[in-house]
Amino acid sequence: MIELNDVSYAYPDTDHFVLSHMNLSIPAGSVTGIVGASSSGKTTLAKIISGFIPHVDGGELTGTVVVDGVTIADATLADAVSHVGLVIQSPFNQISGAKFTVREELAFGLENLGTPREEMAERVNEMAELLSIGDLLDRSPYALSGGQQQLVAIASIIIMRTPVLVMDEPTSQLDPGGTRMVFDVMSKLRDTGVTIVIFEHKLELLREHTDRVHVLADHQLLIAEGPSRTMLTDSRLEEWGVGTTRFTAAAKTARDRGLLASDTELPVSLTDAVSTFASYRNTKGA
Amino acid sequence: MDVSFTGVSYTYPSGVEAVKSIDLSIPAGQRFAIVGQNGAGKTTLVRHLNGIFQPTIGTVAVGDWETKGHSIAELSARVGYVFQNPDEQLFARKVIDDVAFGPKNLGFAPDRAAALVAAALEQTGLTAEAETHPHHLSLSERKRVALAAVLAMDTPIVVLDEPTTGQDERGVRMIATIVANLVAQGRTVIAITHDMDFCAENFDRVVAMARGAILADGTPSEVFAQDEVLRQARVEAPQLGRLAEALHWPERPLTVEGFVAQLEMYRA
Repeated sequence: MIELNDVSYAYPDTDHFVLSHMNLSIPAGSVTGIVGASSSGKTTLAKIISGFIPHVDGGELTGTVVVDGVTIADATLADAVSHVGLVIQSPFNQISGAKFTVREELAFGLENLGTPREEMAERVNEMAELLSIGDLLDRSPYALSGGQQQLVAIASIIIMRTPVLVMDEPTSQLDPGGTRMVFDVMSKLRDTGVTIVIFEHKLELLREHTDRVHVLADHQLLIAEGPSRTMLTDSRLEEWGVGTTRFTAAAKTARDRGLLASDTELPVSLTDAVSTFASYRNTKGA
Repeated sequence: MDVSFTGVSYTYPSGVEAVKSIDLSIPAGQRFAIVGQNGAGKTTLVRHLNGIFQPTIGTVAVGDWETKGHSIAELSARVGYVFQNPDEQLFARKVIDDVAFGPKNLGFAPDRAAALVAAALEQTGLTAEAETHPHHLSLSERKRVALAAVLAMDTPIVVLDEPTTGQDERGVRMIATIVANLVAQGRTVIAITHDMDFCAENFDRVVAMARGAILADGTPSEVFAQDEVLRQARVEAPQLGRLAEALHWPERPLTVEGFVAQLEMYRA
């Protein structure tokens, strides 16, 4: 579904390759998490998969990028965005600035495609329900809090119903409740066949909602991939600046102090940890 | 320097009442965090501190000044405010110029200003990027530039609006160190955050907000033990607090050390 073959990229007017000789293969209908330290190239990779590189940012892109059967370099941006939607990192920059209400903002992309008015209204309402933003529809996109703007930005991309969805830290401004909602929406979309790539720092949620995880490290290379639990407890994550969850850290410390067996598999999420620490469950007061 | 809100309400021109009857007093040197759902009024509340907003009803005091009697420029000598979105704050062509802008405007002597700028860049890990255009940095780096610009102003109060957003583990640790250093110098740190682990590990006091009002005010252990408040504020306890709850422990340790200490007690 998404194939990157020997991809290297440098931004315009620089000779520093942010990504170099990268290969990546993502199957259709999966949710793939990509983690990496700040400045490891996550946003660059998100833009490459969605065609904004090279079509908007320019720069020197080599190798091939094929998404949903489309060779990105040969396609126009309009063609690329009909296959892949990109939720950018800063919701403040995703809002179009051309519309007065959230309702119009959500319909903006569909309007440009000439979608019939009735269908547009229907899809706007569907998004309002999916992301619990019904009460924001008649407000100005600029009179919203950072988190509310982020939900609107996400809705404005999902509404386009592209087969591939790329999300660059889509929950950075959200409260924990809103964050879980976005991850749940992602799982729902996957169940309808959408292929999703999510760039995130929230490892607990990646473990719960992704099929596999890749790590970007050393500012350049995609050096590992695997099932989320294996990847998210890899001892090299600290060194790569990604960190671990507190569940992983607590289990590691407990293992080192002989409080857990030395061959205990490390947990990433709450569910994992409840089973890791099952012998410490309080059965008296429960 | 102390800060206080007395009976503060704020209604936007659109008629949305974002903050309702807030009474809050924050003593000098406190590490004070605000958590709560999106749109709860957190940012609106703290924007009163540097005079961006004036209360519709009530008063806000920063030290011995009521904010109503002082301009944003005057208040900026007392309150450093790091915006949630760094692009609202940065404007210069070089990182160093953005960071030097505040101390220069506050009229600091050139030597003092230069020393503050150098220290701020160092603390935020940006020394090597001093000559870079902020536009060429990533969002997480631009957020650190915005933080450095405020640190260089050497204000007794520092407000951080979602400082850890988009930061990796290293960035979060760097910010935790900065918070600790500021408080060690007797300064007050007021932070809005959605990162409950960061909050529990680095702050003395937490306020949970929903729909413009304060639902709970206490130490992290006190606030994160109130399940109904957390539900209403749409936040959750730190990871290990949730694990302790799932294991039916009466205690709710919030840090790795606290959790492991509890394991040792259970083991014994």
